[in-house]
Amino acid sequence: MSEAMLKVSGLTMRFGGIRALNDISFEVQRGSISALIGPNGAGKTTVFNCVTGFYKATEGALTLHPQAGQSYNIPKLLGEPFQAADFINPVAFGRRLYYKMFGGSHRVANAGVSRTFQNIRLFREMTAVENLLVAQHIHMVRNPLAGVFKTKRFREAEERAVERAYFWLDALNLRDDANRLAGGLPYGRQRRLEIARAMCTGPKMICLDEPAAGLNPSETAELAEMIRMLRDKHGVTVLLIEHDMSLVMKISEHIVVLDHGEVICAGGPDKIANDPQVIAAYLGVADEDEVNL
Amino acid sequence: MTQTRGIDYGHAVRDAVLAGMVALLVFGPITGLQLSGYEVVARMQWPLLFAGIVTLGRFCMAVWVQTEAGERSLARMRAKRSGGVTVAEGKGKNWQQKLVPFALIGGLALPFILMDNRYWLTVVLLALIYVLLGLGLNIVVGLAGLLDLGYAAFYAVGAYVLAMGAQYWDMGFWGALVLAMVFGALLGMLLGFPVLRMHGDYLAIVTLGFHEIIRLILTNWVSFTGGPNGASAPLPTLFGLEFSRRAKQGGQPFHEFFGIDYSASYQYMFVYLILFLFVVAAIVFCVRLRQMPMGRAWEALREDEIACRSLGINHVTVKLSAFMMGAMFAGAAGVFFATYQGFVNPTSFTFIESAMILAIVVLGGLGSITGVVIAALVLIMLPEVLRDFASYRVLAFGIVMVLMMIWRPRGLMHIVRPRFTEKGA
Repeated sequence: MSEAMLKVSGLTMRFGGIRALNDISFEVQRGSISALIGPNGAGKTTVFNCVTGFYKATEGALTLHPQAGQSYNIPKLLGEPFQAADFINPVAFGRRLYYKMFGGSHRVANAGVSRTFQNIRLFREMTAVENLLVAQHIHMVRNPLAGVFKTKRFREAEERAVERAYFWLDALNLRDDANRLAGGLPYGRQRRLEIARAMCTGPKMICLDEPAAGLNPSETAELAEMIRMLRDKHGVTVLLIEHDMSLVMKISEHIVVLDHGEVICAGGPDKIANDPQVIAAYLGVADEDEVNL
Repeated sequence: MTQTRGIDYGHAVRDAVLAGMVALLVFGPITGLQLSGYEVVARMQWPLLFAGIVTLGRFCMAVWVQTEAGERSLARMRAKRSGGVTVAEGKGKNWQQKLVPFALIGGLALPFILMDNRYWLTVVLLALIYVLLGLGLNIVVGLAGLLDLGYAAFYAVGAYVLAMGAQYWDMGFWGALVLAMVFGALLGMLLGFPVLRMHGDYLAIVTLGFHEIIRLILTNWVSFTGGPNGASAPLPTLFGLEFSRRAKQGGQPFHEFFGIDYSASYQYMFVYLILFLFVVAAIVFCVRLRQMPMGRAWEALREDEIACRSLGINHVTVKLSAFMMGAMFAGAAGVFFATYQGFVNPTSFTFIESAMILAIVVLGGLGSITGVVIAALVLIMLPEVLRDFASYRVLAFGIVMVLMMIWRPRGLMHIVRPRFTEKGA
């Protein structure tokens, strides 16, 4: 249990001339609830997109250890550019070509990282159960002939998938909405359905991008309970971005604070709450007592 | 609404007069002016009659929507229109499933009823080919949400596989049917690769270009395809029995083998029956597809590609499989078209063909299989039914389209999502 679930070191992301992230390093411990906070435009979502494989990091290493003894190099899964040495070594060339053709963010998801989105991305014209069935795509019997002839193996896999979908609907208190269209659900339930969908992929780590945005205080409290439940009962590591400080302070064990694309502080909630740099980043400071950054 | 309102007749009259004037403008030149010899004669009684009907109708409608019953049904219509997608209720059969046995028996009996009416037999045959094309494009556009304007390219390839196969490799109908599906799927994949990153309008333009490439190759590669002169395509055989009056060397015609009189209808009846069974199999395949992980992944991709990737679905293979599956259907349809016409040439596969198939899919209701079948039958057979009305044919066609878009903007059939219940429940 010594290895961290996710190790980010020297992560730099440039968009043209803009340096969105500058030499970010942090770790997410296995079985922890960690939070990534910072003012608007600090680069939190960019970090998320790099971790989940939606952006290719310009520099830096992202290593994922979903289980002991298992490790994935995230930039490699996305397909790296060819190096000069590849043209001499056919094995390396073939491997890189393979990842270039078939790599991508879906491989990161298959390695055990699932995510939700800041602006909800459900399959709006499909029912809640169907949303969860799509999430189990890689675990299904996908052979089209098996589906056309409805073989025993195919039927069993489908039944298992429906059962698993209902399990997660129950876990997130959505059972009554099972056969309603996802786009027609109230906002708070759409957020929960998105979490249920992410959990259906069977992840080791779940990344929640502002899960409490747009929720009222009682819904937020309910959400905090659910996030705890995901970790305590189902053993997933949680990494979240959140602006609601009361939620972050209440549930997270480790907090990383970003500002202008750099880590300005990392540690437990108590340390963060009293750190002068963090307070300065959030509230700003008068000229005379400016903090030395 | 509890308050009772009086009916505003003044408003109704205003609406009616306006509609009447527009009708007069539209019908005036179309029906009022007739060419007699070298002179144009104005016969204004017809436009006036039509405008009168429109005015009266508009007035009645304006009054009716202000009554309580009218308001209720209007509200119901609005409620229906807002969604367009509903979830199935319970496990019972809906009216579409109840109609299936009748459609099957009717479809199988049809060629024997139409035996002496070869014209209608060929019309129905063509309509069935379009059903097949509609089902295929429905996978690409309706399920996977990839707007494909070059679908007729695969159709052309299928037709040419039969014609060229017969000409150069002595290939028959059955071999060509399999080969056309394989070849179509490969071409679909070939088109799929460069357009993986494209969506919507951009994808439409590229597929349109692909269609033109295929058409121009078929037109200009004269030494192989025969260019604009086209090439002939053979008829299918039944276990080696031919359907011509006299068999080729060594063969035996169908009618001689069974000892019946020759009729030119037999060949069409035979093609019809094969095609009908093929279409039935295709419909079953499409229905099952929607309940399979593959079909669900297509629909998920249409809804949100980024979310799909975050769930571990490889969008590349999912998109390619949609293109391949769609192109496979078109290849098969092309073989049927070639054998039905007995002749292929590039003018049968112009852009209008692609537009027609797309119209079938959109009018049917994107993603609805029943809708596609009905739309294909209506769109192909309606112009033939209206042939007696010669010059008003296109007008009637246009009116049907406009009415559809007013009352059913999301297509003829609403999409019904399957209902899932837990095993124990």
